[in-house]
Amino acid sequence: MRKFSVFAVAREALRGHKGWEPQWVSPEPRKEYDVIIVGGGGHGLGAAYYLAKEHGITNVAVIEKGWLGGGNTGRNTTIIRSNYLYDESMDIYEHSLKLWEGLSQELNYNVMYSPRGVMMLSHNIHDRQSFKRHIHANRLHGIDNEWLTPEQAKDFCPPLDISATARYPINGAALQRRGGTARHDAVAWGYARAASDRGVHIIQNCEVKGIRRGPNGEVTGVETSRGFIGAKKIAVSASGHNSVIMSMADVRVPLHSVPLQALVSEPMKPIFPCVVMSNTVHAYISQSDKGELVIGAGTDQYNSYSQTGGLQIITHTLDAICELFPMFRRVKMMRQWGGITDNTPDRSAIQGVTPVPNLFVNCGWGTGGFKATPGSAHLFAHLIAKGEPHKLASGLTLDRFRTGRLIDEAAAAAVAH
Amino acid sequence: MLLIYCPYCEEERSELEFRHGGDAHIARPTNIADITDEEFAEFFFLRDNPKGLIFERWRHIHGCGRFFNAARDTVSDKFYASYKAGEPKPDLSAVHPATEKTVETYEATEGTAK
Ligand SMILES: Cc1cc2nc3c(=O)[nH]c(=O)nc-3n(C[C@H](O)[C@H](O)[C@H](O)COP(=O)(O)OP(=O)(O)OC[C@H]3O[C@@H](n4cnc5c(N)ncnc54)[C@H](O)[C@@H]3O)c2cc1C
Ligand SMILES: [Zn+2]
Repeated sequence: MRKFSVFAVAREALRGHKGWEPQWVSPEPRKEYDVIIVGGGGHGLGAAYYLAKEHGITNVAVIEKGWLGGGNTGRNTTIIRSNYLYDESMDIYEHSLKLWEGLSQELNYNVMYSPRGVMMLSHNIHDRQSFKRHIHANRLHGIDNEWLTPEQAKDFCPPLDISATARYPINGAALQRRGGTARHDAVAWGYARAASDRGVHIIQNCEVKGIRRGPNGEVTGVETSRGFIGAKKIAVSASGHNSVIMSMADVRVPLHSVPLQALVSEPMKPIFPCVVMSNTVHAYISQSDKGELVIGAGTDQYNSYSQTGGLQIITHTLDAICELFPMFRRVKMMRQWGGITDNTPDRSAIQGVTPVPNLFVNCGWGTGGFKATPGSAHLFAHLIAKGEPHKLASGLTLDRFRTGRLIDEAAAAAVAH
Repeated sequence: MLLIYCPYCEEERSELEFRHGGDAHIARPTNIADITDEEFAEFFFLRDNPKGLIFERWRHIHGCGRFFNAARDTVSDKFYASYKAGEPKPDLSAVHPATEKTVETYEATEGTAK
């Protein structure tokens, strides 16, 4: 694979950009692979890359039913942070954040990771107590997170309305300066390119329709829309569709799939310097490099694979945005979409072995797994290669729903992202 | 937004009046203290999360306040039945087409795009 560099860009500029090549190869599937990864989102592609790079396992295929990044990787609002409450969460999200910091160099692909700061607004006493608890927990864990007064919050994000008469008054904020955003599909493309370069097969437009099992119940391969493909190990990482795939191996998982929506505005000049989240009124917003406001809304209350979502959900979020940032009241929204997220009862992800030999699962990242992409992929590769979880992911097992060792981020954080 | 038929009020109302209540027809074991951890996990946490026909509970929280059950397709979000709590699952084999034929938004329209 030809490297990207200043010189490559200059050379191609002079040659009329005729020398660029495809970034990954799309070969015919082999008869059998050592590892098949189901789902070509960031998590699956990243796991394939780390399998090849760190574990020397290159006879690997990533099987994707649509196109790379067509799932939640390309649909999310790209908020990255690591200031979660529990040790298990902090371990994995901070591992991920550290990988984000060097990812563009590692992949030789600009994922546009931008640590512009993620600020969470506190509106009431409960928010303040909860955020301060997070801040203390994070600092004990060596993770940056600080408390801001309303004035400091306004300094950090000038469009914010902190007046006492605001519809949603602000009594402070929690800020993680190392948090930020990244370019969503560059993450999928960057990992795909780097994995393909190490011999991984990227197979798009190929839907997994069944999982074949051997005499001892172990997996032997997948039935797909392009025929049977053998595999010694199968690793499932299909976000909203994880229940569907796992049911092909008769494994029930504690997930429910719901649409989550986002929308973007018309492009504007740079006006919004950071990421702001308000969990209490449910709105989060940042500005992309193209100038669009990127706004995340909530989930529908019922199970659905419809990839749309109700209109009342986004109007609720826009109501909140207009109150928090009155200057945006006349901005036009351009596009809206939904993605299907797989949610666990404790709102923490599951990564681990399953009751079926050689079948591994990475699921339940729900509404907040983009930020986890490099870390999750890295630890998932370890799990697939070694057959047991990495220390940093050892709390995320499927078994916790039997033992009761839940990681209750939902109740503690009340945070979607 | 969904339009939901409440079998007690006997009319369709907007989703805003309702609260979703999870899967229907899950019976709490009567000997809950005696069951194993596996059985408890099965009852309490594990779900089918089907892509296709689902039987679910709703509560008409801003109306009559009562719980009832409904059958819906999770791809089209179309309701096939709504019936009172305690009634058995209706037989929908005649009205609900096989899941295979349901149309899914992006895959159906853009799935083969390169
Ligand atoms: C609107 C929205 C906003 C979000 N905002 C944030 C945010 O700000 N920050 C954050 O951290 N997270 C956010 N998330 C969550 C985040 O997007 C997901 O947790 C994460 O992207 C999931 O992992 P993935 O990237 O590997 O999944 P995906 O990109 O969804 O990859 C899974 C892939 O599996 C494929 N697949 C499914 N079934 C099959 C099959 N049968 N055969 C083959 N392939 C199959 C799908 O086509 C898909 O490409 C958001 C999600 C949404 C929808
Ligand atoms: Zn009613």
